[in-house]
Amino acid sequence: MTSTDQQPFLSVKDLQVHFSTEDGIVKAVDGLTFDLAKGQTLGIVGESGSGKSVTNLTILGLHDRRRTTIDGEILLDGKELLSATEKELELLRGNKMSMIFQDALASLSPFHTIGAQIGETYRKHTGASKKEARARAIEMLRRVGIPQPDVRVDDYPHQFSGGMRQRAMIAMALVCDPELLIADEPTTALDVTVQAQILDLLKDLQQEFGTAIIFITHDLGVIADIADDVLVMYGGRCVERGTKEEVLRTPQHPYTLGLLSSMPSLDGPVDVPLSPIPGAPPSLLTPPSGCRFHPRCTFTDKVAGGLCATERPLLEVVDGRGSACHLPMEQRQDLFADLAGSRH
Amino acid sequence: MFRFLVRRVIGAMVILLIISAITFWLFYAVPRDPAMMSCGKNCTPENLAQIRKNLGIDHSIPVQYWEWLKGVFVGRDYTGFGRCDAPCFGYSFANNVPVFDTIMDRLPTTLSLAFGAAAIFLVFGVGAGMLAALKQGQFLDKFASSASLLGSSLQIYFVGYLAMFIFVAKLGWLDQPQDNKTLLEDPSSWFSGLLLPWLVLAIIFTANYTRMTRSQMVEQLSEDYVRTARAKGLSRSNVFFRFAWRGAMGPIVTLFGIDLGTLIGGAIITESTFSLHGVGRLAVASVDQSDLPMLLGVTLLAAGAIVFFNIIVDAVYALIDPRIRLA
Repeated sequence: MTSTDQQPFLSVKDLQVHFSTEDGIVKAVDGLTFDLAKGQTLGIVGESGSGKSVTNLTILGLHDRRRTTIDGEILLDGKELLSATEKELELLRGNKMSMIFQDALASLSPFHTIGAQIGETYRKHTGASKKEARARAIEMLRRVGIPQPDVRVDDYPHQFSGGMRQRAMIAMALVCDPELLIADEPTTALDVTVQAQILDLLKDLQQEFGTAIIFITHDLGVIADIADDVLVMYGGRCVERGTKEEVLRTPQHPYTLGLLSSMPSLDGPVDVPLSPIPGAPPSLLTPPSGCRFHPRCTFTDKVAGGLCATERPLLEVVDGRGSACHLPMEQRQDLFADLAGSRH
Repeated sequence: MFRFLVRRVIGAMVILLIISAITFWLFYAVPRDPAMMSCGKNCTPENLAQIRKNLGIDHSIPVQYWEWLKGVFVGRDYTGFGRCDAPCFGYSFANNVPVFDTIMDRLPTTLSLAFGAAAIFLVFGVGAGMLAALKQGQFLDKFASSASLLGSSLQIYFVGYLAMFIFVAKLGWLDQPQDNKTLLEDPSSWFSGLLLPWLVLAIIFTANYTRMTRSQMVEQLSEDYVRTARAKGLSRSNVFFRFAWRGAMGPIVTLFGIDLGTLIGGAIITESTFSLHGVGRLAVASVDQSDLPMLLGVTLLAAGAIVFFNIIVDAVYALIDPRIRLA
């Protein structure tokens, strides 16, 4: 990707996450590889169940260890996380790497004040006194734009509005100046104006601290706003990656194209119907053979020998740009261009 | 908090008033005449009328109820027994002893039994439930779950007699249950006399608390806010006790309040099994003997205990969960 160092800040290599359930083994993440440099934002896009949240919980080591088998490698600043002990991870969580969750009301403790929740992260990782932690919590609340932070610090989450709760959540995640921030659909539950404020806030904080951000969403509009690079996931695999401009302007994978076609366009004619992707997301318990997207793909008949149903397409990445599809690149570009033409 | 307490106490008074009125009225719905019962074989109409007058039941039911109610607050003069000071709950029809004195006499046994057993089942039930939740799916969890299923299907009169046979008669490890001495009079005799009833009563209740605690903890541990606490780098034990347990406490406190209130109303089967002189057996006897004043007294004690612990539970709930406001 855009990393110029020899060793990228975060490096995920061939990650496999399998859950054993009563019905069988769920391959939630099936061979995922990506790098992320400091100060960069990687957007991960995909439907529910595509493995995006699981990937990030695994980075933090928050998966259920008894039910999960994990393969591959996750390197954070050179440190292997998958083989790290629980104690080692506790020292990293909330400190070097932290996470913002989607539903701030459910994700904040209803039993502790906002200030206590922010402060205890700070105390855990810096050994600060209660007084220092409180001052730090107020400072963080001010930084994320909570009015009267010295008063609101003693409020409980239920006394905050939805947007303020998400800000408090961000303050909590950033209290120890983490180098890696994972944001799991942090704006999905918020209305559009608050969403824009939160995204601006994240961008400002990133500029200030050079934080590496993984931003998980299913909203391509949000991706266009905040991401540098984009990784599209489908059925636990990466189907396409590249810079934001590359992926959004010239998609290479039929699934990405489908996602873009199912979004309304502001500059196109208003009466063109949106075209949703036919079918439903795959079951990860019995995933489709070959390319996992093939049952929903409109281009399978263009590929010789029924390869789509039998063989997994390889993700070939050159300079951080690549996609996993059997259809030859020139043919794909022609077909996609035709489709785009017929829409406008 | 103060306003909450005042309002709840007034509410409790109203509830107790209504309960006493209903009990009073229900008693006369049963075709039994307490005067006839104490009049004996050679009963003349004059005797009967005199007994009625002595017992204070020679008026209509509303007047009787009013007299009784007045007695509770300002005391009452009986033709047969003389002055009865407030709080006067009347004289027992069965043995002509003041109801209040009898209940006060029985209360130490009942309170000892209730609080002693409660301390045991709370500690062991919640402890075992937490352990089971901590070791989810492992041997300890399965053992605790099976044991609590077994425990909750046992009956006091079965376990009680069995335990007496084994631990008192055969092995001689424990003393014969008795309640001759209160805690203040002779602590060691009090303790050894009640130990077996406590343990037996606790076995039955412990099972409920184990299951309740386990299921509450398992539920709370899968909540988003617990995951967030872990994502902040807090240790497993910190998250377990300061977050998940805090969330699990509410329903357990509620259950505990109900159980404690019920036990203070009398543990009838336990008292009977171990021949203890508590409020429970008093209640049964007063029903048997159509002893209205005693019945009223015991009913109000039981109702009062439940209402009291309800107020306590609500107050504790508000302390646990800041989302709950007392109003």
